[in-house]
Amino acid sequence: MSATTISAAPSRTAKPKLHLLIIWAALLTAPAWMGYIGGYDALASRILVFGLAAMGLNLLLGFTGVMSFGHAAYFGLGAYGAGFVLRYWVHSTPLAILCGILLGTVAGVVFGALMMRRTGMYFAMLTIAFGQICYYVAYSWNSVTGGYDGLRGFQRAPLDLGFTVLNIRDNGVLFYYFVLAIFAVCTALMGLLLRSPLGRTMIAIRENPRRARFLGINVERHILISFAISTFFTSVAGALYALLNNFADPTSLYYVISGNIVIMAVMGGMLNFWGPLLGAAIFVTLQDYISSMTVNWMSWIGIIFVAIVLFFPSGVLGFLRRRSASK
Amino acid sequence: MSMLEVRGVTKKFGSLVAVNDVTLTVEPGELRAIIGPNGAGKTTFFNLITGFFPPTAGRMFLEGRDITNVTATDRVAMGMARTFQITEIFPELTIRENIRIAAESAMGLRMKAWMSGSDTARVNDRIDEMLVATRLTAQADRLVGELSHGDQRSAEIAMALALRPRILLLDEPTAGMGEQETFQVAGLIRRLHRHANYTIVLIEHDMRVVFNLADRIMVLTEGTLLAEGTPQQIADNAAVQAAYLGAAA
Ligand SMILES: Nc1ncnc2c1ncn2[C@@H]1O[C@H](COP(=O)(O)OP(=O)(O)OP(=O)(O)O)[C@@H](O)[C@H]1O
Ligand SMILES: [Mg+2]
Repeated sequence: MSATTISAAPSRTAKPKLHLLIIWAALLTAPAWMGYIGGYDALASRILVFGLAAMGLNLLLGFTGVMSFGHAAYFGLGAYGAGFVLRYWVHSTPLAILCGILLGTVAGVVFGALMMRRTGMYFAMLTIAFGQICYYVAYSWNSVTGGYDGLRGFQRAPLDLGFTVLNIRDNGVLFYYFVLAIFAVCTALMGLLLRSPLGRTMIAIRENPRRARFLGINVERHILISFAISTFFTSVAGALYALLNNFADPTSLYYVISGNIVIMAVMGGMLNFWGPLLGAAIFVTLQDYISSMTVNWMSWIGIIFVAIVLFFPSGVLGFLRRRSASK
Repeated sequence: MSMLEVRGVTKKFGSLVAVNDVTLTVEPGELRAIIGPNGAGKTTFFNLITGFFPPTAGRMFLEGRDITNVTATDRVAMGMARTFQITEIFPELTIRENIRIAAESAMGLRMKAWMSGSDTARVNDRIDEMLVATRLTAQADRLVGELSHGDQRSAEIAMALALRPRILLLDEPTAGMGEQETFQVAGLIRRLHRHANYTIVLIEHDMRVVFNLADRIMVLTEGTLLAEGTPQQIADNAAVQAAYLGAAA
């Protein structure tokens, strides 16, 4: 029953295909119906951005079985990298994204390599520590990062495709589709990865690290690779986040964001490829609604999170899948 | 050249000497059984050979190369494969996927993020071959965790075989099995040894299996080597009879 949800094995049923159809139909038509349920373009874009961040984290968390409480670092560095380009260098959205990815991923590889010698709790603590270092640098280095107020005074640039210019700067719907296109490419890459030997190695480590080691898998090295790949996707999301907001501020690096991304993955179902996206949709939407009603929104999210973990231990999508499988 | 040479290895856990100055030489194509009462240090000896932990003293050589300081992962790459006393598999994956992970490792595909059609075909061929060898073809697409104990043990052997090892170390492959399953696994080991000419080191409690299959037997008690020789020599050995076989018979 759980084989199709957990393993990256070629699926043996038609159900996952129906899944894909529903997900992509919903994402492609979101700007058309978001308004009716009280949403708006930027909210839809934010869901995609955090969905991508959480899916990136989940390559490590759900598919390799390694915890990170510090992914905000790579999310935030992705945002600052994009911001630096637009603020100080050139008015180019693609270059901004590339530099955001570069900054986040290089940090991911370096920090990852430094952390690899530790396991379990020490590893988790170090992931937080490195995140906090990035936060304090961004917070203190006023002249470059804008300090507490964040990096402001830039705008994402319209996309020049040669034959036409897409004005993603002023058109929120167009920007949503731009984010969706990048999201689609990233999820396709993740899907291919999980069907490759490299991806199966991650799953092997999650399932049984001892067996993996005695099949000749260098477990530490592959955890580092998985960590680096995961920070790559999270920094793509971070770069898009800076473009969405037209600013990058230290809170994007703060450990609270790390926690939120973990909550999204767990809430949606971390043994599930699409679980973190659903988790992000729930989280971001709730955050938006509840924060407009009460300043205490975080405690409400906390309660809902606890309820989901208690009643659907495999996440919302895990629960839905299991129900449809047992019917 | 010997396949495996272990020279005077010792393993201490605090004040407990689990393996005490044991020496063993295994020739290519040999089936060597290790027997001894519970807690004799058999599994600990395997853990030393396979690099699970380092020895307190002594050295080990695989086909003449000193492997004493080689990591467990690298020993696998050098041709050493093992199974565990308590089955170690990927329970949430199918048998086929379990074997696939082993086959890809052995073929050096581990780092690949995409595979050519010919690589995929090579891997699939190896999987099918292992399924046939271990007679698991009919269950290939079932989750390993759902299989009978005996089939799980066979699946673990299939994974070890998919590594195309130079030497295969099996820790009580018939542990916890009924009559029928024991017979099946003993048959598999016999075929691997007689027909495929594998070098095998086997820890085993079932004396019928040991005396039927082994070329040579070593007996451990309380971490020390009590006796070493052909099945006939071991059966006739007074010390073995007194310390071990006598009690079992
Ligand atoms: N990692 C370890 N730490 C401490 N003591 C250990 C460890 N592994 C084994 N021992 C001890 O070493 C001794 C030998 O254990 P071992 O598992 O090697 O015996 P065995 O011959 O395999 O027994 P059995 O037939 O029950 O499997 C036992 O007293 C055991 O408690
Ligand atoms: Mg044992």
